[in-house]
Amino acid sequence: MHEFPITQQIIKLAEKHATELCASRIKSIKLVVGDYCGFVGDSIQMYFDVISEGTLCEGATIEIEHVKPKMKCTGCGSLFEREFLSFACPKCGADGEPTEIGKEFYIESIEIER
Amino acid sequence: MHDVLKVNMMANIHDENDHIASHTNEDLTDRHIYVINVMGAPGVGKTTTLKNIIKNLKGLKPYVIEGDIESDIDTRDLRSLGIDTFQINTFGACHLDAPMIHNQVQNIKFDEKGVLFIENIGNLVCPAEFSIGEHCKMLISTVTEGSDKPYKYPLAFEKADAIILNKVDLLPYLDFDEEFYMKGVRALNKEVPVFKVSGKTGEGFAEVAAWIQERAQEEKTAHHHHHGDENGHHHHHEHDTAHNHD
Repeated sequence: MHEFPITQQIIKLAEKHATELCASRIKSIKLVVGDYCGFVGDSIQMYFDVISEGTLCEGATIEIEHVKPKMKCTGCGSLFEREFLSFACPKCGADGEPTEIGKEFYIESIEIER
Repeated sequence: MHDVLKVNMMANIHDENDHIASHTNEDLTDRHIYVINVMGAPGVGKTTTLKNIIKNLKGLKPYVIEGDIESDIDTRDLRSLGIDTFQINTFGACHLDAPMIHNQVQNIKFDEKGVLFIENIGNLVCPAEFSIGEHCKMLISTVTEGSDKPYKYPLAFEKADAIILNKVDLLPYLDFDEEFYMKGVRALNKEVPVFKVSGKTGEGFAEVAAWIQERAQEEKTAHHHHHGDENGHHHHHEHDTAHNHD
């Protein structure tokens, strides 16, 4: 359910861009999706196949680059992936703080045919 | 023969939602309405918390938008107390988004300055990802959910501007590890105020209401100063890199 409106938005953005470039068809869409953005790639593809019918996106493939969330250590400054039930830095043990890494959710590029 | 071309887009998929949210935010700020996005898992006492805060709120008229997947039980409950309440049913969707709130707000007559509480869908995951035009995200957490919640649902705790820890009257009967809970909260969100309350006894809500009144006042003053500032980006949650912990 959650991915439905977001998939509509992806199609809308890609179509708008492709139309401006006089494309006849969109072949593929590359998304960058952080694990914390809360969207499931398989669900996006599933909705996409249904909603894209009759649009420039029909038949396009969705390629997803996943990004693992990282915290930044408040002690030594290194970036790390957290363990379950802990925010401690694996190098020095100090707590990490949140960063924007892992929250990405954007269309990086599209492949179009003209 | 077709000409295939790869084009960079770098288009943020949330842009349209965020654009509508900031529109709602500006509109309501102009009308002296302070907007609170109330988030929390099902059963944490979101509606009970609202009722208790509203009871303690001075000089500001409360307005409520109730977001539910189905039913209007909470809306009828709040209306019976004389609170201006409006219902949104999402019929399956797990969070409210900016267009839903934007449409609903058009139907509300804000006849006095006040606070608009928007009770989001009971869910600790998705609501944190969508701005709906709020000045403040208020997370309701409880001692009955367990002290590991900041570690399991970090985004909700990171994004919160205020955290309510509800049901503290039950602490004697539970193994809630407050130190572990607060350590998780502080790692994610250094300065967020945490209010311990009990919907059962009513303790702690006067402090929450006073905090809201102060924030609403600051928002109004800040807005007044910013008028005409075309760079008036609304509230962005930045974390400074200072090393001081509580």
